[in-house]
Amino acid sequence: MKKAPALSIRVKTILRMMLSGLILVGVVVGGLLIGEGRPSVDLLNRNTPPSLNHLFGTDWLGRDLLARTLRGLTMSIMIGVISVTISATIAFLLSIISSWGRFLDICVNWFIDMFLSVPHIVILLLISFALGGGVKGVIAGLALTHWPILTRLLRAEVMQIKESEYVSLSRQLGKSRLFISRRHILPHIIPQLFVGWLLLFPHVILHESAITFLGFGLPAEQPSIGIILSESMQYLTAGLWWLAFFPGLALLLVVLSYDLLGNSIRTFIDPYQVRK
Amino acid sequence: MRPQKLASYFISKLLRLVLLLFAVSLASFILISFSPVDPVQSYIGAEASRVSPEQRKEIEAYWGLNEPLIDQYKKWVTAILQGDLGTSLLFRAPVSHVIGERFVASFLLMAIAWILSGVIGLILGILTGSKHGSWLDRSIRLYCYILSSTPSFWLGLLLLMTFSVWLGWSPVGLASPAGILTDEVTIWQKLNHLILPALTLSLLGVAQTTLHTRQKLIEVLASEYAIYAKAKGESDLQLLWRHGLRNAALPAISIQFATFGELFGGAVLAEQVFSYPGLGQAVVQAGLGGDIPLLLGIVLFSTIFVFTGNSLADIIYRLIDPRLRNGGRQ
Repeated sequence: MKKAPALSIRVKTILRMMLSGLILVGVVVGGLLIGEGRPSVDLLNRNTPPSLNHLFGTDWLGRDLLARTLRGLTMSIMIGVISVTISATIAFLLSIISSWGRFLDICVNWFIDMFLSVPHIVILLLISFALGGGVKGVIAGLALTHWPILTRLLRAEVMQIKESEYVSLSRQLGKSRLFISRRHILPHIIPQLFVGWLLLFPHVILHESAITFLGFGLPAEQPSIGIILSESMQYLTAGLWWLAFFPGLALLLVVLSYDLLGNSIRTFIDPYQVRK
Repeated sequence: MRPQKLASYFISKLLRLVLLLFAVSLASFILISFSPVDPVQSYIGAEASRVSPEQRKEIEAYWGLNEPLIDQYKKWVTAILQGDLGTSLLFRAPVSHVIGERFVASFLLMAIAWILSGVIGLILGILTGSKHGSWLDRSIRLYCYILSSTPSFWLGLLLLMTFSVWLGWSPVGLASPAGILTDEVTIWQKLNHLILPALTLSLLGVAQTTLHTRQKLIEVLASEYAIYAKAKGESDLQLLWRHGLRNAALPAISIQFATFGELFGGAVLAEQVFSYPGLGQAVVQAGLGGDIPLLLGIVLFSTIFVFTGNSLADIIYRLIDPRLRNGGRQ
């Protein structure tokens, strides 16, 4: 029916990976190139609508919103890298520990349930409150609250490997738990861990902007989408739509890219997904 | 289930809740004790200059701030067990009153959003699942993917800009019109103020329910009993009614109940955007204003709220699915 042969899933996946990777690299490179102190204040051009000079328009201090958005997204991604890495490490350690015995497994599960029983935003708020807000509070909050679901996934994987014949053989040969964890389980869950690490970014970035929007996250002088959007609230009734529209759209694009990248890589690693 | 089994089920649930509340209260109490926010300072507020250091010491002593943490925690828990959550510093009213009043407003908002997202999600899921591969399926799926990456408060801002500012159809904020006595507010006016925040909340909830229902329905329709029924000559609608619907509704129901936490989180953001005076706005005010009793109260309350949702999901799942009712767990 179609004239051109359809692209294979493999090629499509590679294309998706390249596209989403490019967007993310572009945002970070753009954000870093703009540098400190920019976008500069320009009081003559306050609140101007989008134009060729200022693609996203300018804000109440005449700062270019595109530059501010890029800096904010770069900041979000950097905060994301730190907190996602900590969260994934916690998830990894807990999933290994839970394979060491029935009691430990129950403890880990209970710990997961406890974290999932309080609304996520409320925990973030509480941790940020405890640390007095600011960058430290945001990173600690994000890092300490994003491991439960990944832990559950990894734990299921670990349990499955633990039941396999080569592991029970290894145990009968007298190998220690540490040896089994390192030599038999670890190599199998590293791909899962990597994909899980990537797929945590969308959650972490969205939560970071949400908590900043509420006023608990990054301080107002930091570049951040949450700050831009909460400032835009004061100008909405005046009809300054671009203050909120473009920065939010850019945030959506970054989150979507991470999601696409993570899912493409998973398709690549896990052949079962391809066949579905 | 037999009564005996039922009783033991509820007792074990109750024990879990007690253990959970104990852990959450302890953890949040320890967290708060690290906070640099000085409770005396936030109590005195603007009148700090009129309070002498000696009076400060007296307040500290009166509140027992000099006692060891464990004693403070014991006091707090004892008070809670007697039904006293303390007094909110911001609202100058008992915390339980503030929570009760605010929760009614939030509950209305969340209930509307919850029902809307459940019904729409189920319908969209059945549409996409039974016609999977079609353009309809593709477009709804794309919409769901984009929606699940959308910051909820941004979506709220967009709706606010479009419908309130640009089109002028609905009011910009608050739960009722300003300048009118509470008794004179009509139901229509209340609904008018509810509609946008509820829409924001429900739009986001739709994505997950749709995708899970779709997945399950595809699975069911590809199963051997569905193919057999089709071979016997059942029409698509019959097939859907007899075999598809009940199976496909399972994930939707469990998601709807098991995501009370996300619902609450969404409500916090939506209430902030639309300045809707609910529990979510109260927790933000409590956090920003250093109102520790209210903050702790809402933490405990929201924990009970989420736990209730999870337990309901579990119970309803058992009621619907006979395999779970008769046997053990999945």
